[in-house]
Amino acid sequence: MSENPALVSVRNMTRRFDVSKPWLNRLIERLPKRILTAVSDVSFDIPERQTYALVGESGSGKSTIGKMMVGLLAPSEGAVTINGIDLSRETSAQAMDAARAQIQMVFQDPYASLNPRWRVGKIITEPVAARGGDVTGLAARLLEQVGLSADVADKFPHEFSGGQRQRICIARALSSQPKFIVCDEPTSALDVSVQAQVLNLMSDLKTDLGLTFLFISHDLTVVRHMADRIGVLYLGRLVEEAAPDDLFQNPLHPYTRMLLDAAPKLDGFGREAPPPVGEIPDPINPPIGCAYNPRCPLVQDICRQQRPELRSIGKGRVACHLA
Amino acid sequence: MTDIPVLSVRNLVVEIPTRHAVLRPVDQVSFDIARGEILGVVGESGAGKSMTGSAVIGLLDRPARIASGEVYLNGQRIDNLSQAQMRKIRGRGIGMVFQDPLTSLNPLLTVGEQLIETMCEHLDISKADARTRAIRALEEVGIPAADHRIDSYPHAFSGGMRQRVVIALALCAQPALIIADEPTTALDVSVQAQIISLLKRLCRERGTAVMLVTHDMGVIAETADRVAVMYAGRTAELGPVREVLSRPRHPYTEGLMASTPQASLGQHRLRQIPGNMPRLGALPDGCAFHPRCTKGQDVCQRNPGPTLAADAGRSACWFPVTHPKTVEEEV
Repeated sequence: MSENPALVSVRNMTRRFDVSKPWLNRLIERLPKRILTAVSDVSFDIPERQTYALVGESGSGKSTIGKMMVGLLAPSEGAVTINGIDLSRETSAQAMDAARAQIQMVFQDPYASLNPRWRVGKIITEPVAARGGDVTGLAARLLEQVGLSADVADKFPHEFSGGQRQRICIARALSSQPKFIVCDEPTSALDVSVQAQVLNLMSDLKTDLGLTFLFISHDLTVVRHMADRIGVLYLGRLVEEAAPDDLFQNPLHPYTRMLLDAAPKLDGFGREAPPPVGEIPDPINPPIGCAYNPRCPLVQDICRQQRPELRSIGKGRVACHLA
Repeated sequence: MTDIPVLSVRNLVVEIPTRHAVLRPVDQVSFDIARGEILGVVGESGAGKSMTGSAVIGLLDRPARIASGEVYLNGQRIDNLSQAQMRKIRGRGIGMVFQDPLTSLNPLLTVGEQLIETMCEHLDISKADARTRAIRALEEVGIPAADHRIDSYPHAFSGGMRQRVVIALALCAQPALIIADEPTTALDVSVQAQIISLLKRLCRERGTAVMLVTHDMGVIAETADRVAVMYAGRTAELGPVREVLSRPRHPYTEGLMASTPQASLGQHRLRQIPGNMPRLGALPDGCAFHPRCTKGQDVCQRNPGPTLAADAGRSACWFPVTHPKTVEEEV
């Protein structure tokens, strides 16, 4: 990990959303403001040519982090730096533009993220055309790179299946020759056999083009497959970070353990494990102390009073008093 | 009595007439589900698994229709019943759990009203009795403070809790069969584990038969007793779950298993099945899988694989994958 300098680094990133009722209702009903903290105090580095994966259940803040990494949302506190340029504070338009050209994103739903009125060729070359680049022959080259034939450039998105559309999304993300691609649940809308095709394509591209990925997913098995390092999120906080082998063989945080146990296994015939208890708590009023304490089987008094800090243990980092 | 399966489907064919051609989303499907048994129906989108479920419960949307074949519930034929007769079967004979718990509950009625209405419709009991039973039903599916929550509206419940309400609703008239169509696809893993374990426990206690439709092989492995793998409207493979998943005979099942990432195998290159599932309007001749199959031969291009009967046979393939040992021999 140390031989590669960090391409992307996230420092104490926090994002709050104001989810209060309109001010008149608040005035009449005497309600306080309601603030939802979607992401709090998250820090991690992604070295060049590595895949960093974020896993968590719904409401854990993983997509919010993804959006902040590409600059679609600004962090309330903290910063994202890519190649030394702070995305939310950089004032030089030129430096900002250069940094943005290096970041691309692949979204979850390939049906919603392609303009239905544009031809595939135009969709794919848009990131280059928008910056006034030369696009001759670009669409054909990119389409072949993602395993589609060059003559589909004249078709519309509706003529493709889900897996093919996701390939088009990947081709579009590649067109501006980015260094860093954020993939937000890129395969969760796809069938398994198609998912395998897309995952294999992504690993090939990573090797061939030297790409750096942030891979966001709720599926631990997919993450295990793709990642060089995994961060587990719970209620907006990083609770554990480790290399895939360590995380799967020796999970240190009870939440990670629960996630691993709860995931259905292909060889788990007739498994009768007691299911996990409880649900993700209300993020507007998170529990005091460790956010996981109401569901944790190991809970002790200290967990209800003090929030555990993320500390280094072995090669990973864990936020648990008892780890 | 014990010998009659709860659900028997024989050579079911569903057709959708269109301007250009007649599509067959379900083609010659046969299976049985015994009392207390969970049959997993697995396949990718467009395989016809949900359509099979809808055909069994008589909820096919027009113009789709059952073209031939028979469906028996406890030995009684139900596919030729009128809408009014079918209404009596739904709820009392067959319960249904859909994928999205929010759209399968009425947002304008409290969950109690919905449970009580269902019970009064199918069981001969008073409203007061039904309310007591509804509270008990909610307690059984693990909803805390059920006697208060019964008067809440569906929007006041979280996704997992809503799916519990839907399960309570499906089970409240004590049906012999439950059709669960992707019951956990919209839920998080931890909630999915809770719902699956709940469904298993309730069905075991009551001897309810379950048809579990899902695309998740992991859920099938942990839940089902037997599994039917569907591809392009036909059953590709049918058998005990352990047999089918660990020693698949149909090349499609084999490919499906190999392309599923497994945590226990670490990082390896996934085997991918080339190509896509064919569209219904453009099914290839012969076996629908042959253009993607590595073992495809002349006969596969001319004849569809052998049709699977409900009881015998494993895979609808002319050249089934052979394994050195079957599970029974190993045990």
